[in-house]
Amino acid sequence: MTAIDVRGAAKVFNPGRSNQVEALSEIDLSVESGEFITLIGPSGCGKSTLLRLIASLISPSAGSVYVNAKPAEQARLDRDYGMAFQAAGLFDWRTVAKNIELPLELMGWSRGDRRRRSAEMLDLVKLGEFAKHHPSELSGGMQQRVAIARALAFSPSLLLMDEPFGALDEMTREHMQDELLRIWEETGTTVVFVTHSIPEAVYLSTRVVVMSPRPGRIAATIGVDLGNRSAATRDDTAFFKKVTEVRVALRSVEG
Amino acid sequence: MPDTDIMVETGDRLVREHRLEQQTTREERRDAIVRIVRKTVTFVLFLASLAGLYTGYKAFGQAIDDRQHEWAVVGSVLPRTDDLNMPPIGEIIGQMGETPGGQDRIYARILFDEALFTLREAFAGFVVGSVIGMAIALALAQWRGLEQGLLPYVIASQTVPLIAIAPIIVIWGRKNFDVFPWEWHDWMSVSVIATYLTFFPVAVNGLRGLQSPQPENRELMESYAASWSQTLWRLRLPASLPYLFAALKIAATASIVGAVVGEISAGVEGGLGRRILREAFNYTTGPDRLFASVLGAAVLGIFVFLVVTGVERLVVGRHSRGAAT
Repeated sequence: MTAIDVRGAAKVFNPGRSNQVEALSEIDLSVESGEFITLIGPSGCGKSTLLRLIASLISPSAGSVYVNAKPAEQARLDRDYGMAFQAAGLFDWRTVAKNIELPLELMGWSRGDRRRRSAEMLDLVKLGEFAKHHPSELSGGMQQRVAIARALAFSPSLLLMDEPFGALDEMTREHMQDELLRIWEETGTTVVFVTHSIPEAVYLSTRVVVMSPRPGRIAATIGVDLGNRSAATRDDTAFFKKVTEVRVALRSVEG
Repeated sequence: MPDTDIMVETGDRLVREHRLEQQTTREERRDAIVRIVRKTVTFVLFLASLAGLYTGYKAFGQAIDDRQHEWAVVGSVLPRTDDLNMPPIGEIIGQMGETPGGQDRIYARILFDEALFTLREAFAGFVVGSVIGMAIALALAQWRGLEQGLLPYVIASQTVPLIAIAPIIVIWGRKNFDVFPWEWHDWMSVSVIATYLTFFPVAVNGLRGLQSPQPENRELMESYAASWSQTLWRLRLPASLPYLFAALKIAATASIVGAVVGEISAGVEGGLGRRILREAFNYTTGPDRLFASVLGAAVLGIFVFLVVTGVERLVVGRHSRGAAT
């Protein structure tokens, strides 16, 4: 089944004005359910804009965006996707558990169901004993795990992530990548992941979409088949070859 | 397996951090007590040094006999130091326990009753002003165009001299406010004056607070297809609370100022402002009573400030620092 279908999409900010920016042009992208797609490219290539088009947080200037075979706007209203940002974006005044319950409250879940689900999600991200803590008491990596748990709390079929590990240190980042892959395998969620780290893109995804700037276009799509990831994968020659392949593709778009 | 090692190691670390957390809570409680003691001591020392300065200057002026000397500033630019201009602190405090002629209550009790009268006016003004201020903040936050169009007038409203509008409001109240289902009393006009001072800080700071959530937080709510009121109650209002309480502290003290000034210029019977005015008329026969009543107004201002601070502690707690992480 096709999870995302973007056809001929373009995005122009401030059209007809002196600060007009052509952010995206002629984007065609199709994502099958269960895929793990990363969008990579130099800054200004519109990868975050493309993610927001899929999320229907902005609307395309031309073309169409379909999510789960319906217009993206409808998919947003139906809460078909969960989203995580570079800043964990937790609400300071809510406990960790209450943060995860936020989308469930908005959807009118009963208190008991919410409690049960937030407990499950906390187990999933291995933060079970931190339910009653406040975000300010957690480290950056732990906060990001809570954000992922919140995005997945209502079991959306699609997870949209905008550089979620961008602010983390290298050790935490690699650990989080393993956690995310484990969750992806356990839940079967389709993931679209924006990053500007080449090794991260290769390590995580089944397909790397390389984008070029001004205006943002899809320059290349590189399939990745490295089997089950483990610590050994990062030292594998096949891994390095893919990293090089993505790097070459990126270099050609930057010039 | 290296992966499992990482998991176990992480688990251990989490448990260790959790224990550390519990220990921290105990330490925080002890720190809080230390903080309160330190604040109280600082406050008492501050009061004592103020009193010391006052008494010291008075003694100095008396010793050099004010204007009859080469220190021309004392007694001319600075106040004269005789008991009429600067009653001794002991007498001001002592006045509190005395019963003025024709009264059956000690002076402290009289001031307390006047303070209650003023507090009622100020509180009504504070509540109405805060509601109006928050309504303005919500409207300005909702319609960006309105903010640019209306905010200058909100600011301009505060430049109108209070002394001038106070009698007008009282006259309007007596003549025109019979549209209300209840009888209009003069003290309600004073509340209107307090309202006038209260709504402004709430409107301005409330607006800042409502606009304080990060773009990601707003996008998050939008991604959940949250309604306007859901976003208001779950994101914008909680995020605005620290800003709002900063404003409410200003508004609470401003409502007392508004009530006292309102009483003075409106000619209301009763209240601290009225008392201050009366003692000013009788200054030559009892200067210490004027000082004592001004002291009463100051204490009332500090009291309402502390009440709002206490409510803030209860509502906001120690975790909320406004903007989300």
